[in-house]
Amino acid sequence: MLLLTGTFLWGKTISVCSDCAVRFIKEGVEMAADFDTLLIKKGTYKEYNILIDKPLTLLGENYPVIDGGEKGEIIRIVSDHVTVDGLFLINVGTSYTTDYAAIRVVKSENFLIRNVVLEKLFFGIYLEKSNNGRVYHNKIIGDAKDEYNSGNGIQLWYSHNVVVDRNIVQGVRDGIYLEFSDHITINNNQSTNNLRYGLHFMFSNDDTYTNNTFQNNGAGVAVMFSKRIVMKGNTFRQNWGSAAFGMLLKEINDAEIIDNTFEENTIGINIEGSNRITYKGNDFINNGWAVKVLGACYSNSFEKNNFLYNSFDISYNSKLNDNKFENNYWSGYTGYDLDKDGIGDVPYRPVKLFSYIVNRTPETIVLLRSLFMDIIDFSEKVSPVFTPDNLMDAMPLMKKTE
Amino acid sequence: MLKILKYSFYDLMRSRWSYVYFLFYLALGFVLLFLNHDLSKAVITLMNVIIILVPLISTIFGVMYFYNSKEFTELLLAQPLKRSSIFLGQYFGVAGSLTLSLVLGLGVPFMLYGLFRSDVIWDFSLLLVTGAFLTMIFTVLAFNIALANENKIKGFGYSVLMWLFLAVIYDGLFLLSLIIFEEYPLDSFSLAATTFNPIDLSRTLILLKLDISALLGYTGAVFKSYFGTDLGLFLSLGMLVLWTVLPIWLLTYKSKRKDF
Repeated sequence: MLLLTGTFLWGKTISVCSDCAVRFIKEGVEMAADFDTLLIKKGTYKEYNILIDKPLTLLGENYPVIDGGEKGEIIRIVSDHVTVDGLFLINVGTSYTTDYAAIRVVKSENFLIRNVVLEKLFFGIYLEKSNNGRVYHNKIIGDAKDEYNSGNGIQLWYSHNVVVDRNIVQGVRDGIYLEFSDHITINNNQSTNNLRYGLHFMFSNDDTYTNNTFQNNGAGVAVMFSKRIVMKGNTFRQNWGSAAFGMLLKEINDAEIIDNTFEENTIGINIEGSNRITYKGNDFINNGWAVKVLGACYSNSFEKNNFLYNSFDISYNSKLNDNKFENNYWSGYTGYDLDKDGIGDVPYRPVKLFSYIVNRTPETIVLLRSLFMDIIDFSEKVSPVFTPDNLMDAMPLMKKTE
Repeated sequence: MLKILKYSFYDLMRSRWSYVYFLFYLALGFVLLFLNHDLSKAVITLMNVIIILVPLISTIFGVMYFYNSKEFTELLLAQPLKRSSIFLGQYFGVAGSLTLSLVLGLGVPFMLYGLFRSDVIWDFSLLLVTGAFLTMIFTVLAFNIALANENKIKGFGYSVLMWLFLAVIYDGLFLLSLIIFEEYPLDSFSLAATTFNPIDLSRTLILLKLDISALLGYTGAVFKSYFGTDLGLFLSLGMLVLWTVLPIWLLTYKSKRKDF
């Protein structure tokens, strides 16, 4: 009896290698009992459609290669408590009708996918209606060329309470994609050189992402139609292009955007129809537009942010303003501080007349920083006619906030 | 020509104005860097200074020098010397000393503040290159105006007007035309219009380095190829060279035909 519980708890280990008793992973999965470990030794396994229908641990030794031969999905997990660790998966099939993934988890709980390397993939790790899992320390390197025939690195669909941590995703369509997935934590990932978005939220609420880096993606991070998202300490860099932004917010309510860094993006944050968002302690450095506000954004507050050397700090397309700017540091601020309390005595107006002109006639961007523009910006600053006259930081900081 | 160049150059190097100009840039560089230690911000401020002040100073200096050395020029004209070498020698003397003041005056403080260890060195050198070009262009334009006008007041007036036109009014008209014709595709026009003004050209060059992220915000394909690749850089530099060479040629051409 004791022995039985012992084996039940620990499981036995089945080795898979080219000269072992078990030569294929599929065979190993069939032979294994619940809670066994499949130790996959170094080598190349040409297998696809591996179905894991019992709680198993797939452990790779020295990164064995599983070559899907572009025939379809490689691993499909349909059981709870499955761990996949240390595998190298390549050549996932591309299809226009089925979303083939290197690893697909379907309606399962408590899964763990870690130390997996994926290359030549269509979709990478696809979580479908699977909750309470972890995707940890994986490396996904795609070679996507066109949006229509490429997949996403890590995709969550109707999956809740999942932790996505320390992954590296590059060269796919969307680095990490969430749809209808709540309470997701996304930390310390690096999503770079993706065709579309580094991270993409759709209809997903109460999610948190912190300390991620999004660099050189088609359009940075898109957060759409979601509520109560917390974004903290992320870095958004070098998202360049005519429709590129560090972060795109569309129909987002009650979010917190804290301590992020936006550097050298065409548009730092593009806001559309988003309300009650707190922006605090962010650094906007060398962006074309630090923040671009496009209508229907109410009760947002910008506090203690640093706006450093952006071509345009804030751009508005309407005369209406219901957002609060307070205690920010603006590198373009030229006021003084006579009472030495660290807060400038003259308000700062972050919206330049020129940004209105550029919104209207985009070609005028070539006149950026010309003396004529400075003169009309100055006259607008003295007596605002086109810009909302309550849009100002009444208490601009004299020194950068840390 | 080299002898006259050397003479003009040393004459100017000894004159008070070169030192004032040099000291002005030196002070500007130090003050800028003293007020904020951030090199990249100082480069942005300097850009504003360079594209406005350098043309103004070169214009006034050029006109002044031409009128002041008129007697000397007439003396030289009596000698068996080629006219082109007289005028070109004087021109290069003035332009050379102004450029030297600019480069040294700005270079020294930035070097002392650790330019070589920072990553803005390319932005900064581009700034100096455009500054040098602007000096050359506006000095020769001023020489041309002075050569065409015997009357000093008129000459001064025209050259200041030229500066005002290129620095401010041109951009105003440019903006106005862009807004009036906004219904039409304007990207080629707007890029072409910048090349007809050396100040705008240098501005574009510097923008390419500093504001590239904003410039790429516009959707036009022409813009994209112009700003997104090295095409813009080479075209602008090429146009600046043209802007220098053509007026110099005009200067020699006119000076040969002028009746003194």
